[in-house]
Amino acid sequence: MQIIFDKVNYIYSDGTAFSRHAIKDISFTINKGEFIGLIGHTGSGKSTLIQHMNGLIKATDGRIYFNGQDIYEKNYNLRSLRSKVGLVFQYPEHQLFETTVFKDVVFGPANLGLDKLECELRAYEALKMVGIGDDLLDASPFELSGGQKRRVAIAGVLAMRPEVLILDEPTAGLDPRGRDDILEKIAYLHRESGMTIILVTHSMEDIANYADRLFVMNRGELVMQDKAKAVFSHYKELEKMHLAAPQVTYVMNALRDQGFQVSTDATTVEEARKELLGLLQR
Amino acid sequence: MEMIKVKDLSFEYIRRDEDGNVESINKAIDSISLEVNKGDFIAVLGANGSGKSTLAKHINAILYPTEGGVWVNGLNTAEDRNLWEIRQTAGMVFQNPDNQIIATVVEEDVGFGPENLGVPTEEIWERVEQSLEAVGMLEFRNSSPNKLSGGQKQRVAIAGIMAMKPQCIVLDEPTAMLDPNGRKEVIATVRELNRRENVTVILITHHMDEVIHADKVFVMERGRVMMEGTPREIFSRVDEIKKYRLDVPQVTELAYELKKAGVDLPDGILTVEELVEAIKRIKSR
Ligand SMILES: Nc1ncnc2c1ncn2[C@@H]1O[C@H](COP(=O)(O)OP(=O)(O)OP(=O)(O)O)[C@@H](O)[C@H]1O
Ligand SMILES: Nc1ncnc2c1ncn2[C@@H]1O[C@H](COP(=O)(O)OP(=O)(O)O)[C@@H](O)[C@H]1O
Ligand SMILES: [Mg+2]
Ligand SMILES: [Mg+2]
Repeated sequence: MQIIFDKVNYIYSDGTAFSRHAIKDISFTINKGEFIGLIGHTGSGKSTLIQHMNGLIKATDGRIYFNGQDIYEKNYNLRSLRSKVGLVFQYPEHQLFETTVFKDVVFGPANLGLDKLECELRAYEALKMVGIGDDLLDASPFELSGGQKRRVAIAGVLAMRPEVLILDEPTAGLDPRGRDDILEKIAYLHRESGMTIILVTHSMEDIANYADRLFVMNRGELVMQDKAKAVFSHYKELEKMHLAAPQVTYVMNALRDQGFQVSTDATTVEEARKELLGLLQR
Repeated sequence: MEMIKVKDLSFEYIRRDEDGNVESINKAIDSISLEVNKGDFIAVLGANGSGKSTLAKHINAILYPTEGGVWVNGLNTAEDRNLWEIRQTAGMVFQNPDNQIIATVVEEDVGFGPENLGVPTEEIWERVEQSLEAVGMLEFRNSSPNKLSGGQKQRVAIAGIMAMKPQCIVLDEPTAMLDPNGRKEVIATVRELNRRENVTVILITHHMDEVIHADKVFVMERGRVMMEGTPREIFSRVDEIKKYRLDVPQVTELAYELKKAGVDLPDGILTVEELVEAIKRIKSR
């Protein structure tokens, strides 16, 4: 599914004294099967932007096209769009409401009209994928720790097998292993089933490992869209926008500043390791 | 003198059916003993569900021990008459800021705590301003909290606790929703409070790079404390810490990988500067 935003604007409480212009003239194209990382300071408009993608929020101004179709056209089927675009919200506890963890995850596919067995199979598979063990299936979602709730919320969306998966800071609150595991699972879904992924995150280290392209939001505007390396090479500008580069990028730049001949474009531990071993063996 | 003393603490979450019969028991804390000295900056790490929040809620007398005891500034949390003083001594910032923001205007929310403590009006406003400034939210003082993004709310919640000037502050993943700069600001703010005003800090986090300045780190697993030491000691044991589903800061990982490849580096490098210095030293040999 190809997604095009054409000069999209959104103003909260438009026309009142409290109005806030949250996203401004946003234009981009996301191709089918891309893995996009969306970064930006808190309040930069990331959550507002992605909620447009499954029709939860309607643009104040501008057009949005899915596979060439204008989603604001009169006869457009928003309901079917929602079944294809899965959104994991920033605060997962708001998404959990059933009496047990298992029922909660079954809810999404059941809503798609799938039969009971299929729903349960998918729920089971999705819960396993996010690392929720059998012992928690009958627990109430409200008895879970913060990180466990988040995993269940992610499973609920995965069980719907969407074409486009949008995750709003899905790894916040997860332990480091859980964070790696879930990102690996998402990367796997991306690779194996060609799912389009849009990942909102504050972890520069994580996004450098996975995204094809990064979108950078600043004060409601989309200010960069480029490959991770290209974006992180502007780390000084990123800092002005309250962001940063991965730690290893700082190591390489510090060495370069001290006169060492190293390439500064490493964004992952592996890349930095290779480059530094090269330097140390020279 | 200890700020917090936890002795042989166990805690069970008990699930009951409609008739009140016990359906299941979950031992979230399993005989923990530890002490936190006044003025210390303590970090608690551990996998999801390992018991960190449950432990934190004991320090604030939100939960009471199933077995053992918890003392805050010498006050037993199990005794009702200590409740008021304990909550005043140990302020808590929770994982989800939505549950702690009540007022309709940011500055009122921050002023709510000190007002409850009976602080004179003029001083309340002083404290509100200082706290909002410290978390970088002063320009939002007249905004409505429910219009803020997640990260912005988190900073207001922290300001609300700081305005009560507690002796001890327990932060349960305060930076989970913040951007890199917001995280740095909050950690720097908390460190300042610790250093300058000698506030005892207990920081629960999943971000390894936030604990490198702590005096001591506890690592929890399944309701027990499995590792205890300075950040350098803890992060030198890379394989062990990964066993507990944790990680090390990215530069520590890089140094560890280089070391494995035969580079002569010290254990437990914690910052970019330390690694750069170590490489310079090798190159100038
Ligand atoms: N209200 C509750 N009722 C029943 N069980 C609970 C409740 N809250 C937590 N638990 C269980 O207690 C254990 C410890 O949970 P706790 O919230 O202390 O973990 P945590 O270390 O803070 O995890 P996280 O990193 O995910 O925040 C977990 O097994 C969890 O499922
Ligand atoms: N429900 C809302 N009502 C009014 N303003 C809002 C609402 N949600 C967010 N905003 C404002 O819109 C801007 C963008 O917020 P958001 O999209 O949540 O940013 P991010 O997800 O990047 O942190 C911020 O200035 C925020 O205060
Ligand atoms: Mg957001
Ligand atoms: Mg917790």
